[in-house]
Amino acid sequence: MAQLGQAGLLVALALAGYGAVAAFVGGRTGRPSLVESARRAGFAVLVAVAFVNAAMLVALLRNDFALRYVAENSSRETPTFFKVLSLWAADDGSLLLWNLVLAGYLTAVAWRFRHDRPTIFPYALGVMFTVQAFYLVLVNGPARPFALLAVAPPDGRGPSPLLQNHPLMAVHPPFLYLGFIGFTVPFAFGMAALLAGSRSGEWASLVRRWTLAVWCFLTVGLTLGALWSYSVLGWGGYWAWDPVENVALLPWLVATAFLHSVMLQRRRGMASLWNLTLVIGAFALTTFGTFLTRGSVLVSIHSFAQSAVGPTYLGFLTLVLVVGFGLVAWRSTTLRSPVRLDSVLSREAAIIGNNVLLLSAVGIVLVGTAFPLVVAALGGPQLTVGRPFFTGSLAPVLLLLLLLVGTAPLLAWRGTTPARALARLRLPLLSGALVMVLVAVAGSGGLRVVLGCGLVAVLLVGHVRHVAASLLATRRTGRRGAVRRRARGMAGYLVHLGLAVLAAGIIASSGFARQAEVTLATGQVRTFAGYQVRYDGMRTERQPQRTVLHTPLDVTTPSGAHERLDPRLNLYPAASEPIGSPAIDRGPVWDLYATTIALQDDGRSATVRLYHNPGVNWLWLGGLLMVAGGGLAWWPRRRRLRSASGSSLEVSPDACPEAFPARGPALVGEPR
Amino acid sequence: MTRLRRWLLLTGVVAGVAAVTLLFAVGLRSGSSPAASPLQGRGAPDFQLPGLDGGRHSAVRLSSLRGQVVVVNFWASWCTECHTEQTALNQTWQRFRNSGVVLVGVNFQDAAGDARAYAARAGASYPLVVDRDSRTALAYGLRGIPETFVVDRHGALVHRLIGPVTAARLAGLVTPLLGEDAR
Repeated sequence: MAQLGQAGLLVALALAGYGAVAAFVGGRTGRPSLVESARRAGFAVLVAVAFVNAAMLVALLRNDFALRYVAENSSRETPTFFKVLSLWAADDGSLLLWNLVLAGYLTAVAWRFRHDRPTIFPYALGVMFTVQAFYLVLVNGPARPFALLAVAPPDGRGPSPLLQNHPLMAVHPPFLYLGFIGFTVPFAFGMAALLAGSRSGEWASLVRRWTLAVWCFLTVGLTLGALWSYSVLGWGGYWAWDPVENVALLPWLVATAFLHSVMLQRRRGMASLWNLTLVIGAFALTTFGTFLTRGSVLVSIHSFAQSAVGPTYLGFLTLVLVVGFGLVAWRSTTLRSPVRLDSVLSREAAIIGNNVLLLSAVGIVLVGTAFPLVVAALGGPQLTVGRPFFTGSLAPVLLLLLLLVGTAPLLAWRGTTPARALARLRLPLLSGALVMVLVAVAGSGGLRVVLGCGLVAVLLVGHVRHVAASLLATRRTGRRGAVRRRARGMAGYLVHLGLAVLAAGIIASSGFARQAEVTLATGQVRTFAGYQVRYDGMRTERQPQRTVLHTPLDVTTPSGAHERLDPRLNLYPAASEPIGSPAIDRGPVWDLYATTIALQDDGRSATVRLYHNPGVNWLWLGGLLMVAGGGLAWWPRRRRLRSASGSSLEVSPDACPEAFPARGPALVGEPR
Repeated sequence: MTRLRRWLLLTGVVAGVAAVTLLFAVGLRSGSSPAASPLQGRGAPDFQLPGLDGGRHSAVRLSSLRGQVVVVNFWASWCTECHTEQTALNQTWQRFRNSGVVLVGVNFQDAAGDARAYAARAGASYPLVVDRDSRTALAYGLRGIPETFVVDRHGALVHRLIGPVTAARLAGLVTPLLGEDAR
């Protein structure tokens, strides 16, 4: 199996190398046959990489402990489900999945442009092949997923206990990878435009929907990651500002900025150079993230074991930065857009503000993440940047962003008069002020919480009223199906509503959470946040791969209902410490969250940490709404007007109007 | 004018990236050096551990090996890094076993059956003992396995090696210690 896998990797590398050369040469010399050959090589790469992944999967399922990766990440007792997950539970294996996803994107691009070939397509294909070749080089040398052991052990070590504790591990990494790796596509088309010196802005139309899809995947991945952290790690929170979380957030922020600023380019011909910078930046950040977390530079719960791949990543990162931003600098004089802003009270200005704020957030997170590294490199002590830095500096940015999101979509393109803007903003602003007063009077939470609640109200009221008004207006005037089409055009508002729900969750959970640590003897009752909590004594359950210590709690809720919570401690043979599994009584507003941290007297008494968390479930709902809105904006519009010859007279789905239409019925009559 | 601007911008980008790369390269290098053990140069913590095979004669007490150079290697059957150093350990044992060196393999957090099966398959013929409650591992401040400690003839801990060892590295550390007189 090892030889087969290794051979597959070599074949894939050769194919990717060929594809890159053929695509670039074909594009440069204008030979369509060569480009076509490269396009086909893309499919072959996918087949080869899929074969390699299958080989590793078979080795895992067959307990082939002669393979180092299998011995380190699986064991005879590991349930089959988690054996499959072991494919991406550690660095080397996850690089195989990485290559598979990348090859999937490569193939998707090759398939999407099988008929119509934009002029920059060959270069874009070449860039994608180059990136793929890099990741294949990585698994052919610096990392060796198919390395063999001199002596095969009788049993493997099993996956890391944390990673075999919850089925969410099955979906979180693949979605994150779909998001992370997907940035290769916009990057490739951006680079292709720069390489070709194309001034048409065609690339921006081409990648908008790709970026939307990638953004959706990354949103799902981040949300699932937070859900996993909350449901498995037992610390009562969902976001720890861990470097790996941060580096996944960074490209998300940049992609969000791009999805807004690309509207400037497509609508007004503005920001062309800036958009190129953003897609290159997003890809560079994903590369930086992989370098940081896999190059064994930073220590975090996600960091994989020491590996030799660090220098290779660093080389690639350097290449991406130099070539990417070097090309931007080189072409800056010719690609700079001559269009200027018309008015400060316009959608354009708001989008620029959005970009400034999102990029400030990127800067803050980047500084916080890279600072320990820089200090260590300069010979300083080992340190980590903690929550206070991130929340302290990001809170103002998030609040401003909420204000902008709440008000900006009510502004028209090119400009609005102050009187008109005020008329539209009056109701949302008044509602926001009311909520602020209410929260302030209730007396709980600081200034940030008060402001945050008010701004969420501004956003919710403004958006709901605007959406309802335009849909009603469409129904009065429009024909059949017009309302549905109109609603589709307002997908962006759904994303904003999701953001409001998400923000409400963040504000509530960070402003109003309570926690306590209690030690309970069997049968003893303690009161916490209105709940009566009784410890019912420890029960031991032996499973093949682990021993589970159940520490059941009987909970009487403030309303008198009885709930049963069963936080557990899991003992794994290869782990020196027990791994806790929290128990959560989830509710629409409040969660009661219990995690056992210690047992005394053979379990006759237990120390339990209890959390009363508000709004945490709003986070998942908010994420879901954002993804739904993104998906709605992504969904292709119906094609029409296919000419008799079959040539592309059809309306390309990429030509669909943006998530925020300029000329909705609610905005008709606006002075332009 | 535009030409000059272009070159200036390009130079700026390259210089900026070079600075970042340099910084990270330094970071990569400095991250990998293991800390020295505070035990170094002091008396090695004594231990008396039962043999892996459970026999009465296979127990080992460190202090009873005074006068010989002792190489203490912590391992487990589930530890893949330990497998990579197995050949080196076997070679070292074959080469030095008759010249006043004892190699002791301390089994760490392992299932007894797995450990015995692995030891048989790996051809480890040096004394193997079990650290059941990990007390010895704690006394030695183990960070992970494999870890190997070299104790001189006077019972002082002189070297600590984190990660898999090579035969040449072990020989280089052990040989000078053999020249010293036993007091």
